[in-house]
Amino acid sequence: MLKLSRYVLYDILRNKIIIAYTLFLLLVSLSMFRMEENGSKAMLSLLNIVLIVLPLVSLVFTTIHYYNSYEFIELMLSQPLSRTRILLSEYAGVCVSLLSSFWIGVGVPVILYAPDATGFALLFTGTSLTVVFTSIAFLAAVRSRDKARGIGFALLLWFYFALIYDGLVLLTLFAFSDYPMEKFTLLLSALNPIDLGRIYIMLKMDISALMGYTGALYKDFFGSGSGVLFTAGIMALWGIVPLWLALRSFKRKDM
Amino acid sequence: MKKILTFFCLIISLGLFAGQIVVGTAAPVKSLRKAIEMARPGDTIRLQAGLYKEGSLVISKPLTLLGENNPVLDGESKYEILLISGRDITVRGITFRNSGYSAMNDFASIKLVDCTNITLEKNTILNAYFAIHISNSVNAIVRYNRIFGIPASEQLTGNGIHLWKSNHAVIENNQVEGHRDGIYFEFVTASTISNNLSQKNIRYGLHFMFSNDDTYRNNTFRNNGAGVAVMYSKKVRMEKNHFEENWGASAYGILLKDITDSYIRQNQFVKNTVGIHMEGSSRIEIRENQFKNNGWALKVQASCDDNFFHHNNFTGNSFDIGTNGTLVLNKFEKNYWDKYEGYDMNKDGIGDIPYHPVSMYSMIVEENPTTLILFRSFMVSLLDKAEKAIPSLTPENLYDNQPMMKMLSL
Repeated sequence: MLKLSRYVLYDILRNKIIIAYTLFLLLVSLSMFRMEENGSKAMLSLLNIVLIVLPLVSLVFTTIHYYNSYEFIELMLSQPLSRTRILLSEYAGVCVSLLSSFWIGVGVPVILYAPDATGFALLFTGTSLTVVFTSIAFLAAVRSRDKARGIGFALLLWFYFALIYDGLVLLTLFAFSDYPMEKFTLLLSALNPIDLGRIYIMLKMDISALMGYTGALYKDFFGSGSGVLFTAGIMALWGIVPLWLALRSFKRKDM
Repeated sequence: MKKILTFFCLIISLGLFAGQIVVGTAAPVKSLRKAIEMARPGDTIRLQAGLYKEGSLVISKPLTLLGENNPVLDGESKYEILLISGRDITVRGITFRNSGYSAMNDFASIKLVDCTNITLEKNTILNAYFAIHISNSVNAIVRYNRIFGIPASEQLTGNGIHLWKSNHAVIENNQVEGHRDGIYFEFVTASTISNNLSQKNIRYGLHFMFSNDDTYRNNTFRNNGAGVAVMYSKKVRMEKNHFEENWGASAYGILLKDITDSYIRQNQFVKNTVGIHMEGSSRIEIRENQFKNNGWALKVQASCDDNFFHHNNFTGNSFDIGTNGTLVLNKFEKNYWDKYEGYDMNKDGIGDIPYHPVSMYSMIVEENPTTLILFRSFMVSLLDKAEKAIPSLTPENLYDNQPMMKMLSL
């Protein structure tokens, strides 16, 4: 399995897109930190990169990579290898390459310029989102044979998680504004990995504002030890469940 | 020469006539109560180290009570330890602990009633209901005292330094912790509060009502239940204070309610849920303050008018200004806002387009606080951008016409 992952990794590195992505992240992060006078503003811009660009790139890159290596996968299937191992190797290869891009492109600048609680929360969220969206992309790609449909579906998922979902939450909160919604919003946030990551960073960044109003509840919950476990647990579920579903349908699939 | 001579004579005569009484376990006088009875006006009582349980003591003649090596007066959780009523009395260097609690009376470790020229300094007050309670007094000086309460509920704990209907008081260099209000002023005029540290109190670090012409300067108010409240007063000067980490649903760096003709200058507001909350206040000049990493730097209710905010720094705040209506009668000028995105063509250091410090989302959060959970999301930043292009929700007249391009050095 390691050998297979290594092949996948070499293959990805050879096509240079991942290198361009790394350089892009590095350039953006460095220029943010160099240009802005105070680190918190740079962190804010990086937050947007992590919450929007990272899931998008993970989704699109993973689906395209899957379709491009379709023939390679077919070749591997003719070998005495289990399907689970093949897909997991593919997953590991893509995930490791995307993660190393993120850690070189964002991780190193953050550790150099802002090695504080907010910085580490950002790195945690970025890492989790990369893992989660790679696995969601695998599900989307394995499910549909048609390349255009697969990529389209991945884009739709990104659109949903990054934008539509929050709109729906806002509508819900206004529609039920006469009711106590604090606990319910906690549940809602768990249903979207991007929201979960965002709230986790916000607890470090906007703690003063969050302490007002109902915010104290969020702070009590997410700030406590069990809250951190909850965040990590839900993130892990978001990584594992789509991958498991993808594996299941990959195993039954007629290639 | 004549003056110096008279001065010397005065000192010598004082030395001759003012007696000294030493109180201690090894001294001729063993009880402080007896010493106070024996003392003639102007005497000095030296209280030696030891533990004294003498119930409630009363001083009503000019005396100086000095503690040597930190003697302890214990109220056994029953008594008001020291009641002072009179003039020219000094109490220094004594530890007061375990004064009594009463739901009927405001029991205090040191209570001043109808006094003139009193100095309380370098005392330590532990576990009190009210620590220092001053009423109807003139020229009370309270300095270098250390006051530590055990925070219970708001009803079971009194104030650290409590002043009622007094004038020309000086409260300086004290430390107050774990009381209901750290420092409490009601009907106190022409007084100064400076260099105090008031922290971890249940309600307010400083609570201030109907007190005109007062100054507070160089104080630090940190991590109090609700910050600092200044209400129904005129001509208050607040300078060079630090307001830090006052967190909570109704916690403010300063809460200004019905304050007029006042002056807020060179203060630091760091990490408060709300830096300054203003209600029904007018003619306040707010200048040269630092607002850093607050939830809301300012909440200016529509009931405020003629306030002038200029030359302040706003950095790293989640929201710069929140308000509850579209009516704006206040003026903002030449502040530095880190969220300003304008340009400066003529290079005079002042941005060419006005800055609107109220974001759309702060209006939404004002209306429905739960939506704070969506803050910093992609959708919210899109909404804010859209609002900037076509304002509909945010008050149009609330803007800084001359925003600074660079942070002001304060």
